[in-house]
Amino acid sequence: MTTPGDQSLEQQIAHWREYLRRRQAFQGSDIEELEAHLRDQLTALTETGLADDEAFLVAVKRMGSLDALSREFARAHSDRLWKQLVIGSGPADDSAPGGQAEVLVVLGLAVAAALAIKVPALFGLQIDDRDLPFYFRNAALFVLPFLTVYFVWKRGSIHSSALWLALPFAAAAVFANIFPFGTRSDTQRLTALHLPLALWLVVGYAYVRHRWFAREGRMDFVRFSGELAIYYVLIALGGFVLIAFTVMLFASIGMKADWLIGGWIVPCGAAGAVLIGSWLVEAKQSVIENMAPVLTRLFTPLFSVLLLAFLGTMAWTGSPINVERQVLIGFDLLLALVVGLVLYAASARDPHAPPDFFDGLQLVLVVSALVVDGVALAAIAARISEFGFTPNRVAALGENLILLVNLAWTAWLYARFARRRGSFAALERWQVAYLPVYAIWAAVVVIVFPPVFGYR
Amino acid sequence: MDMGKDLVAASATPILLAILAEGDSYGYAIIKRVAELSGGHLQWTDGMLYPVLHRLERQGLVAAKWSTSETGRRRKYYRITKDGRTQLAAQRQQWQVVDAALRGLWMQTCPA
Repeated sequence: MTTPGDQSLEQQIAHWREYLRRRQAFQGSDIEELEAHLRDQLTALTETGLADDEAFLVAVKRMGSLDALSREFARAHSDRLWKQLVIGSGPADDSAPGGQAEVLVVLGLAVAAALAIKVPALFGLQIDDRDLPFYFRNAALFVLPFLTVYFVWKRGSIHSSALWLALPFAAAAVFANIFPFGTRSDTQRLTALHLPLALWLVVGYAYVRHRWFAREGRMDFVRFSGELAIYYVLIALGGFVLIAFTVMLFASIGMKADWLIGGWIVPCGAAGAVLIGSWLVEAKQSVIENMAPVLTRLFTPLFSVLLLAFLGTMAWTGSPINVERQVLIGFDLLLALVVGLVLYAASARDPHAPPDFFDGLQLVLVVSALVVDGVALAAIAARISEFGFTPNRVAALGENLILLVNLAWTAWLYARFARRRGSFAALERWQVAYLPVYAIWAAVVVIVFPPVFGYR
Repeated sequence: MDMGKDLVAASATPILLAILAEGDSYGYAIIKRVAELSGGHLQWTDGMLYPVLHRLERQGLVAAKWSTSETGRRRKYYRITKDGRTQLAAQRQQWQVVDAALRGLWMQTCPA
């Protein structure tokens, strides 16, 4: 620690305090206690005739080395190394934006979303076999507007421009409900699947606001989406346990709880959990490591091996891909997964770092996915006229092409980067720039497909 | 005289509890009292006292309270609890056994 003579004692103490604050093992009150000790020591030392800065040096030296000290503190308070985040956790961090108010807003919005899903029941639309398609078509509309409101509130941009965000939701409500879908219609199922995707872009816009056109903003939204998915799965697991106990307890007194589970716990919980999960991601983003990139690191090698093994086996045995009805969707999902792995690997990567082994692995993954999909597409294309153009098949084919284009260009950029001809930032830019394409295609499926295919 | 690290660590709990049994105190005063009692031989690194105190607080042997001293400085005062006194009595017996055993040995073999 430097002690230039012109630095006042108070400044030195403030410096020292800042030093302690950076260590995880110390909490506010510990630092205050240690500071009180330091000041007592300083007073005693200056009374014996030492100058301020001399006294400061001696007092700090007597306090002991910071490393040893924080090690001892960590041992006495091992729980502090586990970051805690619990609702209303007392005197946590007053400086955090939102704080108590945010908890109330989130809980309010979560309850609102949970109740919104029960509103149609007031008009005679029960969650049963007859009206279930209505709920699936509109699922995103029960939840995502509330999530958007949360982000608008959180970003503090409640003015007229925020109202524009209501427009896509209104349009979505119209397109989800004006078409005269037949029972068990394919286009209806496509709408239910694609509408949330299209509206997720609107949520993203509310999430990043004016940073939408900056690369960093959209990448943040990608990170947020991945973490939300993970938190949502965790909350859902808890929900399953809750449901299992509900069944067990009421069964033990001879009552069936089906209406409670199917009519309330599942729909309301599924809606509210989106809000709660989003809030947890927001609150935890600075507290704990992001999980999505960790999973990416774990599964990229495994999927690379799987795809290579698949290609090897196919080449060895010469057995062709058996073109069944669902096979195209399966390969779509495979490509989507590879894009996800690339995206989340990019989200956690330092764009300035030179290419390393993991980048090579990603390139292998992307290229092998391209080859696998190429083989599958060739097999399907040969027989597509035989099957005819159903809405499902056209949607699946379109998605396959979109992902294929993304991955082909990704492979090219990755190869350039690996040979040090290009930068990783170019790849990141490409991935981020491509995001709206998914949403636009989803919107096309929702808006154009039903009339074109006669609502079948 | 350089005291062994383990011995300093082992004696910390009974010494702290015994000092607090004399009356409530705070970190800096406790350190001073220890130096005074041991004639300066028992030198603790100042900071190391606090993790030990916090551990005792967690075990419920001492209780802590923030209050303002007469000089206007905020300090965390420690007080021994009932459990602390029980623990002190137990430790005292154990140390007396060790003390008696060593004393007996040293009187016989190498009278200092």
